[in-house]
Amino acid sequence: MKKVILIVALLVTSITFAQNKNAKASIEVDGVCGMCKDRIEKVAIRTKGVKSAVWNIDTHELKLIYDERKTSLTTISKNLASVGHDTKEIKATEEQYQSVNPCCKYRDEDVKKDHKNEKGNGR
Amino acid sequence: MKIYILIILTFLSIDVFAQEQLKGIVLETSSSKELPLQGANVYWLNSTIGVITNEDGTFSLPYKFSYNKLVISYVGFKTDTITVTESKFIKHVLKASDELDAVTVTSRKQATSKSYLKATNTLFVSSDELLKAACCNLSESFETNPSIDVNFADAVSGTKQIKMLGLNSPYILITTENIPAIRGASQAYGLTFIPGTWVESIQITKGSGSVVNGFESIAGQINAELVKPSTDNKLFVNAYAGVNGRLELNTHINQKVSDKWSTGLYLHGNLRNQKFDRNNDTFLDIPLKEQINVMNRWQYINGEKGIVSFINLRYLNDNTQSGQMDFNPDLDKGSTNLWGSEINTERFEVTTKLGYVNPEIPYQSLGFQTAFSHHKQISYFGLNLYDIKHNSFYSNLVYNSIITDSRHNIKTGLSFTYDHYDELVNTDIYERTENSVGGFFEYAYDDLDKLTMTAGVRLDQHNRLGFFITPRLHLRYTLWGKSALRASVGRGKRSANIFAENQNLFSSSRQINISNSGGKIYGLDPEIAWNYGVSYLQGFNLFERKADVTFDFYRTEFQNQVIVDWENPFEVNFYNLDGESYANSFQLEFNYNLFDGFDIRTAYKYYNIKTDYNSGQLEKPLIPKNRVFANASYETSIKENESQWKFDATYNWLDSQRFPNTDLSSVQLRLPEYSPTVGTLNLQITKVFSSKFEVYLGGENVTNVRQPSPIVSADNPFGSNFDTNFVYGPIFGNMYYAGLRYRVK
Repeated sequence: MKKVILIVALLVTSITFAQNKNAKASIEVDGVCGMCKDRIEKVAIRTKGVKSAVWNIDTHELKLIYDERKTSLTTISKNLASVGHDTKEIKATEEQYQSVNPCCKYRDEDVKKDHKNEKGNGR
Repeated sequence: MKIYILIILTFLSIDVFAQEQLKGIVLETSSSKELPLQGANVYWLNSTIGVITNEDGTFSLPYKFSYNKLVISYVGFKTDTITVTESKFIKHVLKASDELDAVTVTSRKQATSKSYLKATNTLFVSSDELLKAACCNLSESFETNPSIDVNFADAVSGTKQIKMLGLNSPYILITTENIPAIRGASQAYGLTFIPGTWVESIQITKGSGSVVNGFESIAGQINAELVKPSTDNKLFVNAYAGVNGRLELNTHINQKVSDKWSTGLYLHGNLRNQKFDRNNDTFLDIPLKEQINVMNRWQYINGEKGIVSFINLRYLNDNTQSGQMDFNPDLDKGSTNLWGSEINTERFEVTTKLGYVNPEIPYQSLGFQTAFSHHKQISYFGLNLYDIKHNSFYSNLVYNSIITDSRHNIKTGLSFTYDHYDELVNTDIYERTENSVGGFFEYAYDDLDKLTMTAGVRLDQHNRLGFFITPRLHLRYTLWGKSALRASVGRGKRSANIFAENQNLFSSSRQINISNSGGKIYGLDPEIAWNYGVSYLQGFNLFERKADVTFDFYRTEFQNQVIVDWENPFEVNFYNLDGESYANSFQLEFNYNLFDGFDIRTAYKYYNIKTDYNSGQLEKPLIPKNRVFANASYETSIKENESQWKFDATYNWLDSQRFPNTDLSSVQLRLPEYSPTVGTLNLQITKVFSSKFEVYLGGENVTNVRQPSPIVSADNPFGSNFDTNFVYGPIFGNMYYAGLRYRVK
């Protein structure tokens, strides 16, 4: 009986202490178009530990499912910045930002305006 | 050597320096004066190249041959898309708009499309394509498509038979919504049991398909998605009448029952009760027909819980009468007065689908499909009797998830099938049960860039086919932009329903012989084949217009095949393959958008299909070695009142086809070794009056090509030479039709 309790206790604690394998998060990533979407999702999914990444053009929301034991939002944000995309946590450096395609220059008001029209076009 | 380098350098430099710039100015009208507009956006449609106009309204941006639509926009102004064909200075005046207008990028949806990204060589055919040739049922919906060959099965049944890679439909897995649909007893006529208007789209996959849908597919898979109660029109009516006496009526009624449930009732009826004998051989050119086909679909969608479900109920009653003009079933059935045939089919079907997507973890999903069908065919062909009852149950459970991340997808599951056949062939009764339990695992990799791969394997335990492994592999690699190089390999296994699949041979005086080799299906062994394929798709711009070209080559090699040997005019022999049997198919397809609304599709096909018969290696009969296909379609742009014209033309040319050997027949009844070549042309015009109403008018085989005497020994149908199977071309000749479609959204 004791053994059973021990096992149960062990299981319970291990569950409590185990970090979430399927942690869900939603972070804001700056970007403007379908090309940005491609770039954002690719770099996110290529981060070890990220299981699913879906970015929404309209809301700038990146929905993530990731293994907390293997990665963190900071790592993901860093990787996003490395390809030129800003998150709340980490801003891309000017150099990194310049690496994005001219039409994806989301910091540029004109480019933003350009893409406003595309919204809801299913891009 | 230096010269070469120089030449290369010269070309390179041309490429670098010759980049043309398109210059222009954007203006606005202010108090009837044209003033420069600063800060307007100018960009090439569907590109990433764009600029903003300077203080003086001017702009300059790179111009490439492939660009032709320039978008000019500015907040508070109407967005304009202008066509640019040369790098000439552009002056454009933007009109002010009271409200912010969205850019309306109208890119016309292609009626058929090929994916550049899928691992399999799949062609997607939308309902628009199906409307191009007002097809009445699924068997007729491939006429505008070069991947599928449509041939007449025989001279009496009027049934069209489809082939892919030179192999006939039993080697193609035909599914409706991914549930195997046309198999077993419905193999011969099943395609005519699915009304064309019920079909929402078709996916045609060449080569071995996915292991998820079973082990039977060899040449490819055709999947038909049916219309869904939640998205189909509230009311839809299609009426059709052809000069061959064919009348068809389709009605769809869809209704939302609650916020989660929708239901649809689909009714189809067709009737052909006029007798025609244009070639005066005393036989009907096309059979008399009556069909009632009813389907009731229920759809359940619960977005919050991630549940989607379908329940379909179907009933079909199909009656066909063919044979001599004056044949009266009540008087002449079973006698030698006149030759006639009747095929009466009744079918009942229930299919269900349940899908669950984990709302927390969207990449995890579970699907469960079941299908039950009861099929009963009572028929006779002259003095030959053939009845078949087939009860079938199918179920498939599929679990979808990922390994580590969403680039690595897996599908795994279990399937169970049960088939019971009860056949009467003249005086012999054949009864058998087939059942199988199988498990499958499919891994799909997508590097989100150049490579996709699907590797699947399934293990099945079948009471007659034994325990066996079915591996399938598909790869796609993108060498450079807009291209796809594909390769596939896979194995398929199936039991041949020799009578159901070759019912056309009953319409002859042939003696049926089965060489019993101790196998478990009619004494024969299961068919096993490997299919290998490569294909290359390249999209490009030709004279600034979209074009694509596809080459593909497939080879099917039979390890065992049930040979249908009718090389003796008095017999049909079924036996296991002893030696080799293969089908090589090569296809070259070229599609081009010549100008707005005008598309052409052309294809050339080459087949080399050889089988070792008991009498030696022979080319497969009645398959043209070369085939040319061309389709042209033109659509006018939709006017403000929603009216539109659509034109469509399809030309098919078939090379000569080998006739089975007739050396043993008496001299006057012998046929040449090869048939003549045939070319047919189909045309259709559609006038759309509004989104609600349209009318179509068309002609099949307008050049009136006919096979002069398709029936051998038609004057002596109970004699030993009578045969209706030597059909290589149209029998009826030209046929015109008209119809209308009415829909309420």
